[in-house]
Amino acid sequence: MLSIKGINKTYHTEDGDEILALTDIDLTMEDKEFVCFIGPSGCGKTTLLRIIAGLETPDSGTIFLNNEPIKKPGPDRGMVFQEYSLFPWRTVQKNITFSLELKKVPKAQREDISRRYLQLVGLSKFANSYPHELSGGMKQRVAIARALVNDPKVLLMDEPFGAVDAQTRNRLQQELLKIWEQERKTVLFITHSVDEAVYLADRVVVFSSRPGRIKETIKIDLPRPRDRTSVDANMYRERLLSSLGAEIENTID
Amino acid sequence: MDLGHGPRKRILELASIASAVVIWEIIARIINIKYILPSFTSVVTAFIGLVQEGELYRDILASLNYFVLGMGLAIAVGIPIGTMMGWFKSIDRAVDPIIEMIRPIPPLAWIPFAILWFGLTKYAAGFVIFIGAVFPILINSYTGFKNTPRVLVESGKVLGCTRNRDIIFRIALPSALPSIATGIRVGMGVGWMCVVAAELFGVSRYGIGWKIWHWNDLHHMDMVLTYMLVLGLIALTIDRLFRYIVQEWWLKWQAGLVV
Ligand SMILES: Nc1ncnc2c1ncn2[C@@H]1O[C@H](COP(=O)(O)OP(=O)(O)OP(=O)(O)O)[C@@H](O)[C@H]1O
Ligand SMILES: [Mg+2]
Repeated sequence: MLSIKGINKTYHTEDGDEILALTDIDLTMEDKEFVCFIGPSGCGKTTLLRIIAGLETPDSGTIFLNNEPIKKPGPDRGMVFQEYSLFPWRTVQKNITFSLELKKVPKAQREDISRRYLQLVGLSKFANSYPHELSGGMKQRVAIARALVNDPKVLLMDEPFGAVDAQTRNRLQQELLKIWEQERKTVLFITHSVDEAVYLADRVVVFSSRPGRIKETIKIDLPRPRDRTSVDANMYRERLLSSLGAEIENTID
Repeated sequence: MDLGHGPRKRILELASIASAVVIWEIIARIINIKYILPSFTSVVTAFIGLVQEGELYRDILASLNYFVLGMGLAIAVGIPIGTMMGWFKSIDRAVDPIIEMIRPIPPLAWIPFAILWFGLTKYAAGFVIFIGAVFPILINSYTGFKNTPRVLVESGKVLGCTRNRDIIFRIALPSALPSIATGIRVGMGVGWMCVVAAELFGVSRYGIGWKIWHWNDLHHMDMVLTYMLVLGLIALTIDRLFRYIVQEWWLKWQAGLVV
């Protein structure tokens, strides 16, 4: 179980301004739950994800993973960044085995494990390719495999499919759900797309902006596999859109 | 601009060189004073003679010896210092003013001290070459490290790469390699230019630079020109070889041209 308790975070810019990024964030996630974060730009979604990853420290509040407080990055949390983040000097396979090398896993075993994850993301044929030879969608699939190889309890994903075209995006979403069903991780997924949130999430957390806080949490009670075009899916989309719409109007005011 | 591929491009290159040679020969024959402009044919004759006597071979070896000494030291000093400055802000602040003081001094101005410290030895020549080559290497290593993409460092951290040493060697260094390669390439260019001057003060009786002055004193301008061309050809060979190694092997992972 991942619990976020009373998180506050203020950024101090170089000109001495203070940016209140997050205020009083409380949230609990069950094991193997798929949660989407959605909200206006700049409301602190990435900041929260980075705090959970251990890349940023909150001003106050604590995050507990199975009752252990989180202070720094650790193998129990994997992360997929919005930008392409593969190591360009390593082949696909060597990217995937990076964390295993650090853990001094023997070579033969590393190769076995990487083969399994390459298969999982459908890129077995590209084991020896370099990242610059891959398409955007393929890069993100490798990044997912690289994060999974550590066998983390929680997978943190920051708009991982933001930069790929709509068709590829739909396919990647399907694949991600398939992986999630096989691997059964807790997934925390930031998105700007209402459609993506309704298709993927067990629960959608809507953020409000300035200062960033949780506005509401909406449970998506749809059976899987989900039909994007169903009446119910549409209802959820409208519900999210109106919740977000109010937020975006607030931001403009 | 595309000038054609493979053989067609080669033909154009060869034609260009051939016509330059022909024009040179014609002008040399019109002037007809060997001392002002030796002809192509006289240079070829001189070159063949030098190769047959085995003299050229010894000169090249001597020059390469100084070059390797200077470059080796420049790499061994430039990369670590550039790394430390690029990675640790406090070291950057402490060392940068000193570097900025020394860097603008032309390498040749160091010759008096080179001789004073090392005598008339190959180490004195190597030192001048080192001074010429070390700054491009240092500064490019520095920029390479400084520009390590943040997302790569953070990816490493979440994958368990948290010790400073691991981050430097497994992430920052490989990420800085293209920049370091550029530094070495530029450094080799400057270092090779220093060879002529470094040999000028007579650390040995062999060496391409030394021979240029030697034959100049004897007014054998065909020899001078021959050695000049050899100097250029070797620089070209070193540069091409380095680029080949970098592209085919060292930095194969990069898209497109590297350095
Ligand atoms: N390193 C930083 N220094 C100063 N301010 C920052 C920093 N990182 C983020 N911020 C500010 O904190 C706020 C929240 O940023 P964050 O990136 O978490 O938003 P977000 O919800 O992920 O936005 P988006 O949807 O556009 O990605 C923004 O106003 C941003 O300008
Ligand atoms: Mg963000």
